[in-house]
Amino acid sequence: MLAVECIELTKDYRAGFWRPRPVRALDHLSLAVEQGEIFGLLGHNGAGKTTTLKLLLRLIFPTSGEARILGQPAGMMARQIGYLPENPYFYDYLRCRELVEYYAELANVPARERRRQVAWALDRVGMAGAAETSLRKCSKGMVQRVGLAQAIVHQPAVLFLDEPMSGLDPLGRRQVRDLILELKSRGATVVFSTHILSDAEQLCDRVAILQKGRLAGQGRLETLLAAEEDKVELVFAQAGPPQRRVVARAELWGQLDQLRAQGAVIHAVTPLRRSLEEIFLSPGAPPASGGQSAAAAAPAAAPVEARRR
Amino acid sequence: MTNSATISVARNAFREAIRDRVLFSLVFFAVLMVGAAVLFSQMSFGISAQSLVNFSLAAITALGVIVAVFLGNQLVAKEIERRTLYTLLAHPVRRSQFLLGKFAGLAATVAVNCGLMGVTLLLALAYVLPGHWAAGEAAVIAALYLILLALAVLIAIALLFSCFASPVMAALFSLAVFIIGNFDQNLRRLGSTAHSWLGGHAAIVVADVLPNFGGFNVAAAAAHFQPIAWRLLGWDTLYAIVYAGVALVLATAVFAGRDLK
Repeated sequence: MLAVECIELTKDYRAGFWRPRPVRALDHLSLAVEQGEIFGLLGHNGAGKTTTLKLLLRLIFPTSGEARILGQPAGMMARQIGYLPENPYFYDYLRCRELVEYYAELANVPARERRRQVAWALDRVGMAGAAETSLRKCSKGMVQRVGLAQAIVHQPAVLFLDEPMSGLDPLGRRQVRDLILELKSRGATVVFSTHILSDAEQLCDRVAILQKGRLAGQGRLETLLAAEEDKVELVFAQAGPPQRRVVARAELWGQLDQLRAQGAVIHAVTPLRRSLEEIFLSPGAPPASGGQSAAAAAPAAAPVEARRR
Repeated sequence: MTNSATISVARNAFREAIRDRVLFSLVFFAVLMVGAAVLFSQMSFGISAQSLVNFSLAAITALGVIVAVFLGNQLVAKEIERRTLYTLLAHPVRRSQFLLGKFAGLAATVAVNCGLMGVTLLLALAYVLPGHWAAGEAAVIAALYLILLALAVLIAIALLFSCFASPVMAALFSLAVFIIGNFDQNLRRLGSTAHSWLGGHAAIVVADVLPNFGGFNVAAAAAHFQPIAWRLLGWDTLYAIVYAGVALVLATAVFAGRDLK
């Protein structure tokens, strides 16, 4: 059973007051996330990341298509879901502990376990020492941590995090990364949106790249980062400082033979890996069909490479 | 559908009102009452009690309306604007439970507010009419109960408007409904005597659709310590339950399909 599945998910908004016209925020998005995966949603601002998360949480409703969580229509599995919105704001008249307790109550954590769960969640996000601090007095980073605590307090099976590192200092980002990995080790599925590519590179098993509401590519990170164009970098020295040359993999042996014949010293032969940033910023056009089917997108199926024009 | 989420939301809405110092209006009211009691005690025996009850019930209604309208119309809008609703609805909380919880929380706040102001009024009456105040106690308590019912209806209406209008517009709509609803009898009279067929029918339709807040106002009878009929209390209770219920069902219907952008 898939943890999260989007099938041809489309969302149109109406823009304009006098003559409202539909604006497509998400265009036939198909995704599949396996249980226990850390899945990254990448894209520029306005690419459709938050729209996707909101559709999965039934905060907005699809124009067409379907979203499923743990095999059930989105909205049916709320007990198994944790969510942290982007730049969260919480009831500032509450203390941190009270807020997390409130969400634990809403998530039906039994009263006898609530205190322990709340203490655990606050501890995991490094807020145990500030449990009795009023949210009015919390910094942005502290609010972000408390937001994470409320998302994990009921130990959900699927966690949706919208820009979870936003507003955190380096230590906080490290703690959140560790927390996400810990949740994964406990069997949870984590879907998070980010535009901080280093976070995605360090954490994600697979990512999907959204551009203008359409799926530009998805797959395992190592696949996306692999040498799509099959290039190799040669570093060699030939009576002077080391030089760098990029050649096609098919031409590698011929190039090496030629350099050796010229008396060059080969220092390194390195397959070229595209960085995630290159993929992210490449002017890749979304596939004409608007993405693949969820079945094709499943990790069990052939991984799909990032598409480029 | 479990009610635990509704109760949790209601409890939090009540806690919000308390911590946002909504009940500070009580301090204002208590000071007002002490001043009024001292002032009215200078008048003759009957007039002082009448004036105090009239003045106090009007003040309780006005403060209650302010709390109901200005908190009621923010119940949904503020949660969306601050995105606190997102995390709430991501948990197993239905939108109808959220609305019902918010309604119950604010109604409880207004009830505590009115109750404590009522106690202050009764104490002021005891000061103005030493030894005689018990005569009017039942009438004043009944009047307070009817004010509370009217405020519950107003909260439900404010909640309905807050589901689709901005906080400012929702406040204006709610206040307009409250003011027009206090002139229900005048509207009906206008409807039956208007020269224009269209104007007359429009007045009747408005009177039929909007709640009759005038029907909850028994301040004049209470000021004269006249007993309030049980039948009126029962009828108004039923009217308030039905009207608030319909407003909440409409609010749920509007809110259920709304995109939280």
